[in-house]
This record gives sequence, C-alpha cells and structure tokens, in this order.
Amino acid sequence: MKTVEEIRAAIEAALPGAGVEIVSNPSVSGQHSLRLRPSHAVAVAKFLRDDAELALDFLSNATGVDWPDKEVTEKVKVTRTVRKTVDGVEQDAEETVEEARKRVEPGCLEAVYHLFSVARGHGPVVIRMKTVNRTDQVELPSLTPVWRSAEFQEREIFDLYGIVFSGHPDLRRLLMWEGFKDHPMRRDYVEPDDFEYEPTAHDEVLKRAVAHQAKQEAAGTVAGAAGVGSGVAAGREGKGAGA
Amino acid sequence: MSTSGFVAEKDKREGWNRPPVIEPDGEGELLEVSMGPHHPSTHGVFRMDVALDGERVIRLKPVFGYLHRNHEKIAEGISYLGSMPFTDRLDYLCPLTNNWAYALAVEKLTGQAVPERAEYLRVIVGELTRVQNHASSIGFLIQEMGASGTPLMYAFKAREKILDLFEELTGARMMCNYMRFGGCRVDATADWLAVTRKVVEELPGFVDEFERLLRGNEILMARTQGVGILRPELAVNAGVTGPMLRASGVNYDIRKVDGYGVYNRFKFRVPLGDHWDVFDRFMIRLLEMRESIKILEQALKDIPGGPVMDAKAKLRGFRPKPGEAYGRIESPKGELGFYLISDGGPNPYRYRVRPPSLINLTVLEDMALGQNVADVVLIFGSVDIILGEVDR
Amino acid sequence: MAVDEGLKIELGKQGVLVTTIEELYNWGRKNSVWPMQFGLACCAIEMIATTMARYDLARFGAEVFRPSPRQADLMIISGTVTKKMAPQVVRLYNQMAEPRYVIAMGACAISGGPFKEGYNVLKGIDRYIPVDVHIPGCPPRPEALIQAFMLLQKKIDGQHLTGPDRPRFLDAEAQGEFPVPVQGEHDLEPASNPGVWTVPVVIR
Ligand code: SF4
Repeated sequence: MKTVEEIRAAIEAALPGAGVEIVSNPSVSGQHSLRLRPSHAVAVAKFLRDDAELALDFLSNATGVDWPDKEVTEKVKVTRTVRKTVDGVEQDAEETVEEARKRVEPGCLEAVYHLFSVARGHGPVVIRMKTVNRTDQVELPSLTPVWRSAEFQEREIFDLYGIVFSGHPDLRRLLMWEGFKDHPMRRDYVEPDDFEYEPTAHDEVLKRAVAHQAKQEAAGTVAGAAGVGSGVAAGREGKGAGA
Repeated sequence: MSTSGFVAEKDKREGWNRPPVIEPDGEGELLEVSMGPHHPSTHGVFRMDVALDGERVIRLKPVFGYLHRNHEKIAEGISYLGSMPFTDRLDYLCPLTNNWAYALAVEKLTGQAVPERAEYLRVIVGELTRVQNHASSIGFLIQEMGASGTPLMYAFKAREKILDLFEELTGARMMCNYMRFGGCRVDATADWLAVTRKVVEELPGFVDEFERLLRGNEILMARTQGVGILRPELAVNAGVTGPMLRASGVNYDIRKVDGYGVYNRFKFRVPLGDHWDVFDRFMIRLLEMRESIKILEQALKDIPGGPVMDAKAKLRGFRPKPGEAYGRIESPKGELGFYLISDGGPNPYRYRVRPPSLINLTVLEDMALGQNVADVVLIFGSVDIILGEVDR
Repeated sequence: MAVDEGLKIELGKQGVLVTTIEELYNWGRKNSVWPMQFGLACCAIEMIATTMARYDLARFGAEVFRPSPRQADLMIISGTVTKKMAPQVVRLYNQMAEPRYVIAMGACAISGGPFKEGYNVLKGIDRYIPVDVHIPGCPPRPEALIQAFMLLQKKIDGQHLTGPDRPRFLDAEAQGEFPVPVQGEHDLEPASNPGVWTVPVVIR
C-alpha cells in the first residue's frame, strides 16, 4: 500500500489545493493520518474511493474525538530593559528572564475515519477533520453520500459529541432520546446527579455519592445526622411498602 | 471485481447507495407500526418504526439506544486493563473474541509481542466462540420464523458444551475476561486440551445433525430464499462485514486479509454466497462452523508449549506512549475494531468500539423495503446482532 | 383454618383430601408462574439458557414465556435497564395483570452493576417498580435463576388471602398503577418513585 506521503501526493496531483496535511502518529502502530480541509473533504473522499490504485471502498470506522480548551503553561524567555545602577551610574541594561506564561489553546471536535479497501485488501488509511471550535462552529461535511456506512456512525457522533454533519440525509440522535440536551461523550459533560443510594460504593461512585450527600445536606433536604441504622431501615420499608 | 474497487464499478449517480423509495399503491391508508423495543421476536431491546401499505413495508427506521450503557465513556475513566471485563459485555454471546480484539488493539498501540502458545489458545477459544455464536444465531433466526424452541435447543446443546470448556479454562461461563495485553490470563492444562479435543471431535456430528434438521426443510426454504437480498456493491459501501458480507458474495475475511495472530498457519476456506439472500446467510454460518472446526483441529494438533504471557508484558502501571492505534479482528458478527488514543496517561484518552452489529444494520432498511412485514423479522434475524454491541 | 399435618396425611391415606382455599389457590398459582418473554441484556442469554434442555425451567411450571404482558405473571428484569428503556419497562409492568411479580436478575437490574457510572444507566429497577426477588451475579448462573424461582414460589405459597398482610392484588386500596417516568432534558423525571422507593441515607 502507498504511504501517507504518497497518498497525499496523489491527492494533491488530482485535486490541487486540497490542502491535505499529514498528522504523524508517534505510536509504534505507525498509523499516520491525513487531515482534510472540510471544504475539500467530500471531493477528496470521492477520490480516495474511486482511485483505481487506492480503491478505499470500505469505510470501517468513523468516530469523534473531543479536544477541550487546554491551558498550556510555557516558559518564555523575555528580554527587557531594566534600569540598573552600575558603579553609581544609572544606566539601561538588557536582561533576559524566564517567564511562565499561560495561554489557552482553543479546543475543537474532531471526526476520524478509518478506510480499508475490500477490492485490494489493504488499509487502514486514516483521515480526520477538525471543527473550528467546540461551541458554535461545529459543522463538518458528511461523508455519508460517499460511504453509506458513515450514516449511523455520524449520527452517533452528532449525538454524543455534537458535530453537525452537513449533507447527512437523516441527522438525528442515535442513542439518546429525542429531547435530550447534552452531548455526553464530551469531556466537560456533567452527568445527572443520581447517586443518592450506594449500598456498596467505592472509588469513583463513592466520591459521587458523598458529593451528592453533601449537596443534599447543604440544601437541607436530608437530615445529616440520620444514623446508619435508620438509613438501612428506611430502605427496607421503602421496598416493603410497594410489594 | 475490477481493480478499481466495488463502488467505482457500478454507476456512480448521486444517491445510488440510499434505500429505494417505495410508493404506496394508493389503496387504503398507511399503517404506522412501532415494532419494539419489547417485541417478542427481536433479539433484545430494539425498535423499528415501520410504515406499512397493507402487508408491504414502505418505510423502516431503526431506533437504537435502548441498551446504551456508556461503555466508551466508562472506559475513558478507567485503566486500560479495567476495560477488559467490560468488553465481555459488548457482544455477550462472544466475550472471548471481544477480549481478543481489545487486546490486539492495545498490543498494536504498544508494540507488545504475544507468545506462540497464547496465540494458539486465542485461536482455539476464538473459534469455539464462533461455533457457538453461529449455532445460536441460526437457532434465533429459526425461532423468529416461528419454530419456537426446538432448533434453539439443539444450538444450546452444543453451546453448553463449549461454555463448560470456557468455564473450566477461565472460571466463567459467559464473562470470561480471559485475554491480557501480551498473552492470556491462565494457561490451559493438558486435561483441558484433551477434553477440548473430544468436544471438537463431536462437533462435526452436531453440525451435520443441525444441518439435516434445517436445511432441507421446505418451509424454511420457502420463507428464506429470495428474501432480503443485499447487493455486494451496497454491502461494501455500507460497511457490512462478517458472514453478512460473505453471503453477498464478497470474499473478505479479516482472518485471511490481515492474517492476525497465527491465522495464516491454518488451512481453511472462506465460504461465499451467490444468491445474497437470507438463506445464504443461514448457509454461510453453517459452512463457517465447519471451517472453524477445521481450524480448531489444526490448532489443537499443533499447539506448542511455552509461556502464555510475554515476560515483558506490563499489566499494572500500564501507560502507553502517546499515539493512537486501530486494531480489528474477524469476530463472529463481522469486523470488530477498537480505536484507542493514548495521551500517555493510565487511562485511554479516546476509546472507541467499532461495532459490527450496528453497522451491519445500516442496510436493514434497504433489505426490508417492499417485503412483507413478516419477513422483516426474518431479515432482521439474519443480520445476527447483539444489542449490547449495537448500543454499547 | 390450619389442618394438622399428621391428620392430613392420615386422611390422605383414606382417600380424603383436606385443604383450604388459600392453600389450593396458592398451590395452583405457584406452579404456573408464566414469565414474560422479555430480555434486556447479557443476563437474558442466561435466562434463555435456563429455559433450555439442560436446566429445564419447565420443572417449575414456568416454561411458558408469554410475549404479551397481559398474559404474563412474572417479569424477569434480565439485564441493564437504561434510562431510555426504563419508561417502557414501567409501562409493561403496568400492563401486566395482577397478581404479578418481578425478579431482578443480575447486578445491573439491582443497582446498575458494572455500568453503574454510566449516564444512561438506571441505578436499580426498584426505583420505579417493586421487586420481589433479587438475584446477584453478573450474570447469575442458571442455577441462581432457578433458586429465584423457588424463592418466588415460597413467597407465593406464604401469601394470605385475607388480613392486613394480604398481597397487593387483593387490597383494593393498594397502588396498582405505577407512574411512568418521563425522559427529561438531562435525566429521567422523577429520578425515582417515592411510593415504591424512598431514598435511603448514604452509609458512611
Ligand atoms: S448483570 Fe452483568 S451480565 Fe447481567 S446484564 Fe448486567 S452486565 Fe450483563
């Protein structure tokens, strides 16, 4: 199979100005990927599918990735002028100091596609697209018209990550119910607080249960001093009442 | 098949890969039926919104998510190893192949080697899984035709024997949690191998019996032949994999294409269908069971000694270097893949399951349109899905 | 009301059957518990295995799985109940005729099990409907499901037809219809049914 560099060259030859970038993958798997520009994505996808040598007729996997805004701290060397008194004479001197600067790297949502060729038996070729940000400019072109197998997978990405695929024939939520508001696979999704009763809590669940309890106590809905025994008894009675 | 792939060959008009539009005949009203999520014939909690013109299906929209258990979200919050038992619960008829796919993806990510004996054990448990899955799925398919119980009982007779083997090897009937990154959790004893050989010896007899019971049955033939046809170009374009794809006549078996594990050491054939209908899917599964038995016989004969875990394999404090990997295997349902992104931490940054069951359902509408409503259930059964994997 | 056991056996030897309506009624009921054909997740496969030849649930008079809730006596919650599915489960339970029973099979049905942390997973079906028997396990073995059946039969056998502890279906005042939760914007509303389940205090 062609390497990513060769594939990129082939795309550039066929579709000048497609602006395909190579995203290298440092892992030993060596599955490097091609980042497509949303504006050219459908044309490039069609080329990948129909090119006689590549013949990537099978889109196996399509998925979303969330990259939230990241605060990066970096050390920057800053040169500035300071007034110093040297030998009793005031003069300007250059001084270089290291300064820690915080910068917010804007996040984005990404769609990743894994392509194979059934006709030629090679793959995977990984292509990916990025949205502008995570809030209002989350549109990407849909690849469903090119590969039908993206249909449900793009609906899933829309449901769980909130990427809007333009050109998708039937873009609705796939897994969550209609009327659900959030995109639960995003990193900053806040889960509903329903950990009120934990008979065997541990680790993460215990943390949430304790947090829930604290919130309830602060709101004054639960008497914080209720003993261990009464808690268990309340549970039993509750079950018994309905049976 | 030409060099230019499956899609380019046929006409490339816009929308050739969309389901056809079926016009109602104009007599009477359309009937909208919601089949499921609790429908006695579906494999679980799955719903189809169907519009009927008389008996004919003119629209069908599957509705998913009734078993969406947030496997991916949970996996991103726990360690790599912690997700292994969760993979058992994806496609809960074939936990061992799920383990294998996940282990393979992580091994790709880290470049971990697997000892030979472990590879053979993986093949043995994987093919046993395939046999029991295909037997059960045929049983379920016939059950959905209305043959309540009997064929399923035959299937489960063989399944119970295989589950006993799993239980002895791994400690659990269904949720085996057997594979690790760089090998298998426990070694098989000589006794276990001897018992397995015996079970495998009896399997051809079971398949013969099962086939004789079903294949020549007139009702089965009348109901399945020519029903639910799936064209190969569409199958490839829609990402259909596994027995479904091969029943449409496309020679694509990841065991052959990727040759992962030690599969290229075994001799086996890839059965292909040439009518592309429900009957072919049923037959392909029967034939694949026979091929699996062949692989099992070879693997049980040649299994080498040695360790089952790579000495350098790391289980605890496992932090792969940043990067990503996609690993896939031929699970009994189709291509099961795992896509992992590591950011160098102990948990995967992104953990994605490529579910063959969900993607094989993409073409359900295409196959069902224009058919009778009673056949929809059959077509659905022939896809062979498990809801745990569809919704994850 | 109670007939002396020894006397009963003695009379039986003479060909005389002495019983009470209650006993006869419960005997009939407990030996023909028809479950609903209703599988939710992995545990459903073990439920199917239980009905197959090897474990043979028919020995307990419970092999007749009814596809319709109207004809079923028992609902086996065999698997994870998600928030998307929970309203349907409650609705199906409402459609069943009294007397009706519920077995919560497996860790998921009891508490959410391994998937408890999931945002779409209901943390135990007893938040919405009363459960008669819980069987832990992931999945419970077929033997465990049989054990649950036997426990349920014992429970049915012990029910009195009159008196304050009579079962729900003989009590005109008892709650018969259980409110179906609504799928809201972030979660189910309400998060539990206070008539069935009161929130216990977290034990710390
Ligand atoms: S308890 Fe375990 S086996 Fe049963 S449904 Fe839940 S995860 Fe599956």
